[in-house]
Amino acid sequence: MSTLNMLQAINATLRAELARDERVMVLGQDVGRLGGVFRATDGLLDEFGADRVVDMPLAEAAIVGASIGLAASGLVPVAELQFLGFSHQAFHQIGAQLARMRYRSQGRFPMPVVLRAPFGGGVRTPELHSEALEAQFVQSPGLAVVTPATPADAKGLLQTAVRSSDPVLFCEPLRGYRLVTGEVPDEDCPIPFGRSRVAREGDDVTIVAWSAAVQVAEKAADVLAEEGISVMVLDLRTLVPLDETGLIEAVAATGRCVVVHEAPLSAGFGAEVVATVNDGAFWSLEAPVARVAAPDTPYPPGRIEDLFVPTVARVVAAVRATVKAG
Amino acid sequence: MSTVPELVQLLTPEGQRVEDPTHAIDLSADELRGLYRDLVLVRRWDVEATALQRQGELGLWPPLLGQEAAQVGAGHALQPGDMAFPTYREHGVAWVRGVDPLHVMSLYRGVDNGGWDPAETGLNLYTIVIPAQTLHATGYAMGVQRDGAETAVLAFLGDGATSQGELSEAMIWAASFSAPVVFFCQNNQYAISAPIERQSRVPLAHRAAGFGFPGVRVDGNDVLAVLAVTRAALTAAREGQGPTFIEAFTYRMGAHTTSDDPTRYRLAHEVEEWRRRDPIARLRTHLEQEGIADADFLAAVEAEGEELAARIRRGTIAMQPRPAVTMFDAVYAEQPPPLAAQRDEFLAYQASFEEAGR
Ligand SMILES: Cc1ncc(C[n+]2csc(CCOP(=O)(O)OP(=O)(O)O)c2C)c(N)n1
Ligand SMILES: [Mg+2]
Repeated sequence: MSTLNMLQAINATLRAELARDERVMVLGQDVGRLGGVFRATDGLLDEFGADRVVDMPLAEAAIVGASIGLAASGLVPVAELQFLGFSHQAFHQIGAQLARMRYRSQGRFPMPVVLRAPFGGGVRTPELHSEALEAQFVQSPGLAVVTPATPADAKGLLQTAVRSSDPVLFCEPLRGYRLVTGEVPDEDCPIPFGRSRVAREGDDVTIVAWSAAVQVAEKAADVLAEEGISVMVLDLRTLVPLDETGLIEAVAATGRCVVVHEAPLSAGFGAEVVATVNDGAFWSLEAPVARVAAPDTPYPPGRIEDLFVPTVARVVAAVRATVKAG
Repeated sequence: MSTVPELVQLLTPEGQRVEDPTHAIDLSADELRGLYRDLVLVRRWDVEATALQRQGELGLWPPLLGQEAAQVGAGHALQPGDMAFPTYREHGVAWVRGVDPLHVMSLYRGVDNGGWDPAETGLNLYTIVIPAQTLHATGYAMGVQRDGAETAVLAFLGDGATSQGELSEAMIWAASFSAPVVFFCQNNQYAISAPIERQSRVPLAHRAAGFGFPGVRVDGNDVLAVLAVTRAALTAAREGQGPTFIEAFTYRMGAHTTSDDPTRYRLAHEVEEWRRRDPIARLRTHLEQEGIADADFLAAVEAEGEELAARIRRGTIAMQPRPAVTMFDAVYAEQPPPLAAQRDEFLAYQASFEEAGR
């Protein structure tokens, strides 16, 4: 075991995957000489050379579109999008091309492509750097959407992503890059997609979260424990594929559920969680499932963003209300 | 491979005036002093903003250091009714357009997304995502063309932006319609860490030919040349001759933004080499040699810079966040009922804390 932060875990995993399989390559804006604007790819250029760690021009569609071609030629591209907020210019290449290639070719062109991108707010960035856009990609069948919350999961899920023959959008919590640290196994530890993780056991209510919202949920659970409310925190880890069984069991166990996410409320992935719970755990519910999300507005300026993204206090209030109801 | 294009230069780095009849410019002593003043003031603003970011008063700052002449020259080429579409770094253009620096500071402080009025100032809001504004500028130019207005449009972009497909789209459409838009590219040699060699095998100015309109490379550290070239291009646009692509050859003397560490990807001697081509020093030398600027004038400009910096500092630190409920404003012309309900909930939630605090 080593104690690493998110970035260190990602960096070490990329290094190990490049060493493990020479088909793996890293590409993106500023990933080489600079080591990435957040240093996620620090040192990789020196170690693996410019054929395998490639500084790309400023063109997101080119990065993703070229990854499709690279994969078709037999390579395993792990591309970095500097911010998920800048993925829109590549959205066509992601949703309409990358995600569908296996389907269109009837399995002849698998797409072992990983797109890594930091996302989410809370760090006072200027416009369009903070949006939690994960739900926009969930409706691209063929694409896995992965949202680790801890360094150990970042490693395990990234290993699985790189080794998968399907394309993966790997969303990294910008806010947790340096702040979230944890024990990471030194050995190989791929985590299968579609397996949620009980981040904390509890009996009275289940908070469902992913990515940076997991830590918000855990802090809320600490506060609520002092009031005698026992909270289970379920980290979905991957939105696509969704661990429906794990979700339904976790909610059925407590009979109450609050979903937390940073994206705007309407048609956020929380809506899918609620629908899944409704399908599978309705008769176990003692209260309506609540959602704590951002409002349906554009991401606001940095100085007021803390009241836009879900806070510990808002989650605590929602849990209290859910416990009181029914 | 294409050859290196001619560099339009009217003032050498040593401050010597170059005669160039095809890019003639005739400026009064007052106008020359005005240009110098703007260069000094925008640099002073930039220095102050960088310091304020270091002190935690701004979230981020993208410095214009080294690019003062490109921006002040381009800004002065605009006429009052013209419209400019900036990136996120055009503080010098904002200054010349009369935007209060505090509006730019409020953006990077995270108070708003730029508080100035584009219609009133002729400067659109800053655009973060590269190079969205080049298409907006093209559309705006097609619009004024249909109004028969004597308006020209100036689209700002960086060298890195030339790698994006949207710029090609903008240039193709601008050419097809002979739209009155000028693409003003500050080639500051880097897109964060990516050197220009990674973005283009040919000089950027040469790209314009493929789109069917003129491309000019101008010394971006020479305010006179930038002004002359940009003014001519805007005039041509206004007269119906269509777009021009201007490559202002310059250098980003500072970091990409205050979050960046350029020592990781460029050598100190390169920066030193460009320091000798400083845009302000050469104009000062020229003005002194011509007897246009004396010690009193230079001292007065310095003093004005200090006053400006102090005003910016005071104003920035005093800037409070807007009430959080304003995040619900101006999303739609009329707030849909579900959003109005979210707003009410938000207010009730905030009130519950005030209640609890009592
Ligand atoms: C679409 C998009 N991708 C990535 C970024 C992140 N980014 C901000 S500035 C920049 C480099 C821009 O270089 P250039 O166009 O040369 O302008 P400069 O910053 O040098 O003025 C990058 C990659 C962005 N803002 N928009
Ligand atoms: Mg540049």
